[in-house]
Amino acid sequence: MALQSLDIARRSATTTPPPAVRETTEVAKLIDVSTCIGCKACQAACMEWNDIRDEVGTNSGVYDNPADLTAKSWTVMRYAEVEEKGRLEWLIRKDGCMHCADPGCLKACPAPGAIIQYANGIVDFHQENCIGCGYCITGCPFNIPRISKEDSKAYKCSLCSDRVAVGQAPACAKVCPTGAIQFGSKEQMKDYADKRIGDLKSRGYDKAGLYDPQGVGGTHVMYVLHHADRPELYKGLPNDPGISPLVSLWKGFAKPLANVALAAVALGSLFHYVTKGPNEVSKELEDELEKEDAQ
Amino acid sequence: MIRNPKDLKRYTAQERANHWVVGISFILLAISGLAFFHPAFWPMTQLFGGGVWARILHPFLGVLMALSFLSIFFRFRSLNVMTPTDREWLSRAKEMVDGNDHDMPEQGKYNGGQKMMFWALALCMLLLMVSGVLLWRAYFGFPVELVRFGAVIHAATAAVMIALIMVHIYAAIWVKGTVRAMWYGTVTRAWAKQHHRAWYRQVTGK
Repeated sequence: MALQSLDIARRSATTTPPPAVRETTEVAKLIDVSTCIGCKACQAACMEWNDIRDEVGTNSGVYDNPADLTAKSWTVMRYAEVEEKGRLEWLIRKDGCMHCADPGCLKACPAPGAIIQYANGIVDFHQENCIGCGYCITGCPFNIPRISKEDSKAYKCSLCSDRVAVGQAPACAKVCPTGAIQFGSKEQMKDYADKRIGDLKSRGYDKAGLYDPQGVGGTHVMYVLHHADRPELYKGLPNDPGISPLVSLWKGFAKPLANVALAAVALGSLFHYVTKGPNEVSKELEDELEKEDAQ
Repeated sequence: MIRNPKDLKRYTAQERANHWVVGISFILLAISGLAFFHPAFWPMTQLFGGGVWARILHPFLGVLMALSFLSIFFRFRSLNVMTPTDREWLSRAKEMVDGNDHDMPEQGKYNGGQKMMFWALALCMLLLMVSGVLLWRAYFGFPVELVRFGAVIHAATAAVMIALIMVHIYAAIWVKGTVRAMWYGTVTRAWAKQHHRAWYRQVTGK
């Protein structure tokens, strides 16, 4: 949905500045993994607010349900059983779009206006402009976007941009019964995270910390982790995510280089013709063959 | 209808038709592919009925081009084997480009440059086909690391191939009397004697 037309920081496949005169506060969602009880109220609220109902799946023997993100499940709880210091720890992480400051999906997207980054930090897919190529999946360092089998459009968490636009918190933050999902300005969320991290450290989690990976310029969905030194414990949360160098090459340096090279070949050919002239069959040869024919 | 019965047959109707299928699919692929590559070319998706149609059609056109190119490849492969004369021709290609072609070594049906073009295009076609399958998300689901690699290969190879085809088309325009071989298959004897003398001798017995 094309909302907040004046608050755009970046627009996919667009080389000129987007409308961006208004100053907007950067927002963030903070997910405190240490206070999450895995109730999935956030999943239900997400479905309800966004009016999406995924197909009822099958139980695969673990709590994860649905088993993975889909075009109709924009957030899923991931349950990891980890043994730490001889004790079982149940690490539950709400997975979904991280709303990167430097979004790989937007960088890779070839369709103008299919991916928008608002000035408040939310990265939103505008499905009406999506062509269904899946380049966003190729660009994403967190494996988040999913292409719908029904309409071939890409979908993911919008951070409830429609709610945020009218001053409401995302549905998942609103519904969370333990306050594990907080929403506010990015600064506020960092301050809140500091308190939570201090509390966790006082309880013996000396590696507790904030997950706001700088490889993607920071994110607008952040985690408080008990084991911030090993994010991969939380069902493969990447340790140092960043846009793949291959994607940066493909959608960065290669683009102007190829354009200049192709233009050079085209213009080079034109000027070769203009300066050297055409390569015509010589008059002598033609006369020679005519003479042969006359004999 | 032959303008002059003494003109030389360079391509059969099947060869010409095959070349046109490759050529048309290449042009459609190049314009839709460039549209996905750089926003400057995005408006060209309108030629296909919009971005979604361009995305749907591009890979199918790719299959068409791969198959028709394969057919061309087997038709002309044996005519494009490099010989020592070709290497000599290539080492003196600058004279040719400067327009002084009368002292160049005698060439068969194809000169060294055309043969290089043939093999370079064949390599590009192979790389584009393999990397293109990696990117075809509607029907395939490869690991993302492989898809990223495929995306770089596909874009880089396509840029090289577009440049090669520009040279291919320009060479045909530059050397007068060439384009007609693509339309109706014949060239004049004088053209053949000037540009491909060994081939001229072979077909005329002179």
